[in-house]
Amino acid sequence: MNDSAVSPPAAGERYALNPMYLFRWEPTQDAHVLLYPEGIVKLNQTAGDIIERCDGKRTVAELVAELQQRYPGDEERVAEGVYTFLEVFRAKGWIRRQA
Amino acid sequence: MPKDGSVVRLDGQGKPLWLVLELTYRCPLKCPWCSNPVDYARDETAELSTAEWKRVLREGRELGALQLGFTGGEPLLRDDLEELVADARALGYYTNLITSGVGLSEARLSALKAAGLNQIQLSLQSSERELTDTLVGARAHDLKVKVAHMIKAHGFPMVLNVPVFRQNIGQVEDILRLAEEIGVDYLEFANIQYYNWAMVNRDELLPTREQLQAAERAVQAARERLGDRMTIYFVIPDYYEGRPKACMNGWGSIHLTIAPDGVAMPCQEARVIEGLEFPSIRDNSLAWLWNESPTFQKFRGDEWMSPTCRSCDEKEKDFGGCRCQAFLLTGDAANTDPACSRSPHHHLIAEAIAKAHAPGRRIQPLVLRNDRNSRLLGEGSGTGGGCGAAGRADLAVAVVEPSDV
Repeated sequence: MNDSAVSPPAAGERYALNPMYLFRWEPTQDAHVLLYPEGIVKLNQTAGDIIERCDGKRTVAELVAELQQRYPGDEERVAEGVYTFLEVFRAKGWIRRQA
Repeated sequence: MPKDGSVVRLDGQGKPLWLVLELTYRCPLKCPWCSNPVDYARDETAELSTAEWKRVLREGRELGALQLGFTGGEPLLRDDLEELVADARALGYYTNLITSGVGLSEARLSALKAAGLNQIQLSLQSSERELTDTLVGARAHDLKVKVAHMIKAHGFPMVLNVPVFRQNIGQVEDILRLAEEIGVDYLEFANIQYYNWAMVNRDELLPTREQLQAAERAVQAARERLGDRMTIYFVIPDYYEGRPKACMNGWGSIHLTIAPDGVAMPCQEARVIEGLEFPSIRDNSLAWLWNESPTFQKFRGDEWMSPTCRSCDEKEKDFGGCRCQAFLLTGDAANTDPACSRSPHHHLIAEAIAKAHAPGRRIQPLVLRNDRNSRLLGEGSGTGGGCGAAGRADLAVAVVEPSDV
């Protein structure tokens, strides 16, 4: 579980939401939120798009492809963004790499 | 940790994101730092009914509340707790149970799980049985440790909350070991805040600066050792900070507490401030209480501030500190919190520290929170009030808005 020192996300890996966190759409915030013991994180659209797809089934490569479809234009930039955010979210403990 | 986008404070946009329900003031424990009013026993007003609490839940969600705390007293003393949790989950709240653990049986844990309870915050006062039991005035230590294991076995995320004061501050390492063994997810060392019962016992409870520094070093070492396995919070006591806490993220900003009798408050202890009216949800809508009531409007913005705060470049950061503390120590809730070194009353803090550690000081027995002491203290003038959860809320609430992909 203590994987803060391990390698960055790779294409074949799968990520899932940390079960400690509740992820859902919150109409009063017009945003996705992460709720956890005594805490609230309000996510912007792209962060929500990525976490929504961290279901433990999709591979990172599949996730990137879906986001590239959703945000057409600069494929390389989208891919880069997804990899960066996965690393950030994992470091924050919101998502976990599946074994 | 990799860099991310901006992390800014969540201002709630006028919404009471945090709703705290004090279901009852009744409690099986007698903690001498309790944040309930010292005169709680004087108030004979009946607790809200199940139907009334459900109305609060519904109206709270309409106002945009997201986090919900069930606390007390001991909330397990209400036998409608499971029903209220189920109702809250159906409405979309993230539900937190804040408990002493007394009364948390296997059956109730199962029922709470079935009702959809999201997490449990359990209090523990010491790593030693004798000290815990003495401090809380009941045989509770072994039960608490057992309940902690049960909570994990039922699959709840768990916060172990350790109130920190002179008597237990030397046990930080032992408590860390115990928490590790239990498998706690979040360990919160919360230096107690001096209001209410803690104010009555301040001379006996306040630690020294050296004790605090040693405790902080132990926490830092544990953070390095444990990494992601456990999140450890260390809420610093404002008496030693030189700057006030951003109490409640600002008055009437994101916190809304409902007392057992339905009184709405900007923090759990705001009732201590004399001259404010505290209407109940029995007579008003929650929307009116939050948006319109004079008490909630009183210290919003900066017009109420003393010149010290209004001209201060940190007023957006700490909102002038805690209104209850300003009232308790200076007699005027609009004053700068004396915990701030820029306050003209800051000497009061230094004097309190000196008094608590004066050589040759006569040690007094701790005044336990119980009905008898409450009636005795209630006969005097108003004492008490505090923002027990203040430090944490500030740590935990943030909007993360990474720049777009």
